[in-house]
Amino acid sequence: MPVSRRTFLKFTAGAVSCSAFTGLGISLAPAMAQAEILKFQKTTITTTVCCYCAVGCGLLVHTADEGKGRSVNVEGDPDHPVNEGALCAKGAAMRQMAENKARPPKPMYRAAGAKEWKEVEWDWAYAEIAKRVKAERDASFTLKNSKGETVNRTETMVSLGSAALDNEECWSYQAIQRALGLVHIEHQARI
Amino acid sequence: MTNYWEDISNSDCVLMMGCNPAENHPISFKWVLRAKDKGATLIHVDPRFTRTTGHCQLSAHLRSGSDIAFIGGMINYILANKLFFADYMREYTNASFVVGSKFSFKDGLFSGFDAKKKVYDKSTWAFEMDANGVPVRDDSFKNPRCVLNLLQKHFERYTLDAVTAATGTSKEDLLAVYKAFASTGTAERSGTIMYAMGYTQKTVGVQNIRSMSIVQLLLGNIGVAGGGVNALRGESNVQGSTDQGLLANILPGYIDVPKSSFAKYEDWVKASTPVSKDPKSVNWWGNKPKYIASLLKSMYPEATLEEAFQMLPKVDAHRKMTDYFWLNIFERMHKGEMKGLFAWGMNPACGGANAQKNREAMGKLKWLVNVNLYENETSSFWKGPGMKPESIKTEVFFLPCAASYEKEGSVTNSSRVVQWRYRGPHPLNNVKPDGDIMLELFKEIRGMYEKDGGAYPDPIKALNIADWEEHNEYSPRKVARLLNGYFLKDVTINGTTYTKGQQVPSFAMLQADGSTTSGCWVLCGMQPAADKHLGMRRDKTATEMQANLSMTPNWAWAWPVNRRIIYNRASVDATGKPFAPQKAVIAWKDGKWVGDVVDGGGDPGTKHPFIMQTHGMGALFGPGREDGPFPEHYEPMESPLKKHGFSNQRVNPVAYLLPTEKLAIADAKFPHICTTYRVTEHWQTGLMTRRQEWLLEAEPEVFCEMNPALAKSIGINNGDRVLLSSPRGEVNAVAMVTERIQSFTIMGKEVHQIGLPWHYGWVTPNFGGDSANLLTSSVGEPNTGIPETKAFMANVRKA
Ligand code: SF4
Repeated sequence: MPVSRRTFLKFTAGAVSCSAFTGLGISLAPAMAQAEILKFQKTTITTTVCCYCAVGCGLLVHTADEGKGRSVNVEGDPDHPVNEGALCAKGAAMRQMAENKARPPKPMYRAAGAKEWKEVEWDWAYAEIAKRVKAERDASFTLKNSKGETVNRTETMVSLGSAALDNEECWSYQAIQRALGLVHIEHQARI
Repeated sequence: MTNYWEDISNSDCVLMMGCNPAENHPISFKWVLRAKDKGATLIHVDPRFTRTTGHCQLSAHLRSGSDIAFIGGMINYILANKLFFADYMREYTNASFVVGSKFSFKDGLFSGFDAKKKVYDKSTWAFEMDANGVPVRDDSFKNPRCVLNLLQKHFERYTLDAVTAATGTSKEDLLAVYKAFASTGTAERSGTIMYAMGYTQKTVGVQNIRSMSIVQLLLGNIGVAGGGVNALRGESNVQGSTDQGLLANILPGYIDVPKSSFAKYEDWVKASTPVSKDPKSVNWWGNKPKYIASLLKSMYPEATLEEAFQMLPKVDAHRKMTDYFWLNIFERMHKGEMKGLFAWGMNPACGGANAQKNREAMGKLKWLVNVNLYENETSSFWKGPGMKPESIKTEVFFLPCAASYEKEGSVTNSSRVVQWRYRGPHPLNNVKPDGDIMLELFKEIRGMYEKDGGAYPDPIKALNIADWEEHNEYSPRKVARLLNGYFLKDVTINGTTYTKGQQVPSFAMLQADGSTTSGCWVLCGMQPAADKHLGMRRDKTATEMQANLSMTPNWAWAWPVNRRIIYNRASVDATGKPFAPQKAVIAWKDGKWVGDVVDGGGDPGTKHPFIMQTHGMGALFGPGREDGPFPEHYEPMESPLKKHGFSNQRVNPVAYLLPTEKLAIADAKFPHICTTYRVTEHWQTGLMTRRQEWLLEAEPEVFCEMNPALAKSIGINNGDRVLLSSPRGEVNAVAMVTERIQSFTIMGKEVHQIGLPWHYGWVTPNFGGDSANLLTSSVGEPNTGIPETKAFMANVRKA
């Protein structure tokens, strides 16, 4: 697929699908577009689906083959039957969601009464969370309810989320929470 | 959605109500505009004039919380003028069913109401059965207790005068909308309804959808191209996360969670499986024993079904399900009864109703684990406005996760289409995909139980994580195989032998005896071979008939069984001939079905079309809901009225309501009707959009829309800072004085409507404002428990 066509589609997407978002047309000045064409030459393209609403628009992610291997461009997938290359403002800004300095590089911990976060290692976080989950589960686990019926559950732990996870993760997540004995499992669909 | 996005373009009339697709589902609007190009009438019914309204030939303004009155008037109009599609209604809906003599409706209350417990005894709404256990039908519609006559009687009170008094919509606008939409009640024409949270976030949310379903069934608009009842889902995978059972009341595949009253596996299966004695009813849920067994075997393959059942946690049979839902969780958390919280990819400090209560509630936890891309109002609630960190004892763990395109897996869009996403770059800073985080954490917990023992370790030790892992990493591809399901031993079905380990080709082959796994039966068929995931397909070929409907059946895969229009059997007559040949969905040709994947199978005329309904018929009368078999107008829990015109029952009598909730009812301190909404450039709590320069530049801060008359009366100019308040909290915003939002005359009283977007939060950007949910109340819908965040009372004044 020639680059020029794709670039054309990108502009079309900004202009046609999203009259509300006039900023896009301005920010993609010709010079910038030229720079992006150069970037395309050493990238790998993968397809994805928008992380925002459930229209499920298709996108192309261009990941640099060299350097830090980051995504250098994200745009509408012209072959996708629903969006046909177009995106709304959110989909068009998806790259800024992933390539963003605000993303914390490491887990963080806030102790009781503390005023600040502390960066921690993954293994430490897993071990400390696991200890707390186990302690709470062991303390609260109920084999029988007030009527003497078998319930095998804990009522003091709660899980909220997550409609942003992939199907596979959602399934594993519910399996884990139910294996732990949680009955308070809720997510975005409830609100 | 019963239909799919592209199918909207096949519609003759698109009714958008409780949604704003041009701004909130912008690319869906491409297909709405294509319908318009082909001659369709577009209608928007909403409290505000939005970009959606701007494209519509017809629009009607109604005040937030009066949808049932509006649609009830349409039902009355259709019935009084006999504008229904008679053949469809008689043959494919329960219009002719006779309801038992115990049913009644009086002054806003259905029969069986227990005033003390605030529940209905639904057995009083049961159909009359014949000697064979099949519902009695009166196709001549003479029996006064047949559904059609009861429906007519129920809605004849919804006159134009009564509806206008409740909605504030003019009679001319009502009639214009009713007339346009009712014009689709013929064989050839179809109308569709698109709705979103404007319908569901009400104390009558389910009945809002029911009312529109009744219209669609009367007009013969379900199962057809350009028709259906279409929920515009707001999150990329909220369809999928619901399918996977991340809710207190359902397990994956919409299987009811087991209750404490079920002592044995058998009790659960029996109570969950409906029975139909009608030979023409497919009664699809009759297959539930296979789905339940396959789900349990996916979680616990080594255990017997009985053992696996014992390992599942149970909810109390003697409590209402809403006790386990969101609002009650926060009520209990606020009382200090909850100790640990996982907020995984979610921001309840902004997203939940009565957000301040939620923020305070989190301060009573022992610990909170938040997994997200960025720091947010939930992870950092302890340093938010008004919080004293030194006195908040909650320990908080923040785990950063990969972005959607830094990992792989599938998501299911609103059309039920499961699409695979591939990994582009690796996760930034080596943060981890959610799947790895949950697996590693679970292995840590399991390790502790294996080493030290603990309370009831059986399910933790037995959980089948072997099927999730490859090379010590979480493998979405492997889990996808499990979601589809595979044979646990060699099984012969109708002469074909499937070998142990082989993928189950379709849910028809799932077994009730524990010889198959399937994590989520609706997804069975998605991965018919270990290396073949149909969600990865990018093939746009289609037959001429499919292409005529912009259907791409070879692009990815839709549940169930790649059916793109649910209940499509209702689009043909008893001989298999399409009602609308120019946009046929399926047809019986040369002894087989062509077009979409037919619902129910078998020859034409042999099956009732609504295969998920026990009796196979579209439910004009819906005896399964908590709040009545017919929709009825009630005021939102908070409203300007002490009394409305339909009955003396002011609000939904069985709505979820806490005795402690502070409410504004006809309260002069909070005189305006308020609602919340989204803008194109932000998404949900804004967590994933408030960090992007482009989006922030376009929509930097919270604003409050109000009409010029109101603004003038309280001395506010466009652009002034204002303070909104409700009994729950306050939000500072910029005034947007606009004609787009008008006042209404309701029951002779003039009231103003105001509204604000809910995407903001104190963490970022600076001066962007805080969540609109600081204002909303924690009252809930009785079936779903969804809070009423789209209609509440507020005040606004100069800040
Ligand atoms: S690009 Fe816009 S319309 Fe498309 S899925 Fe994303 S948020 Fe929805």
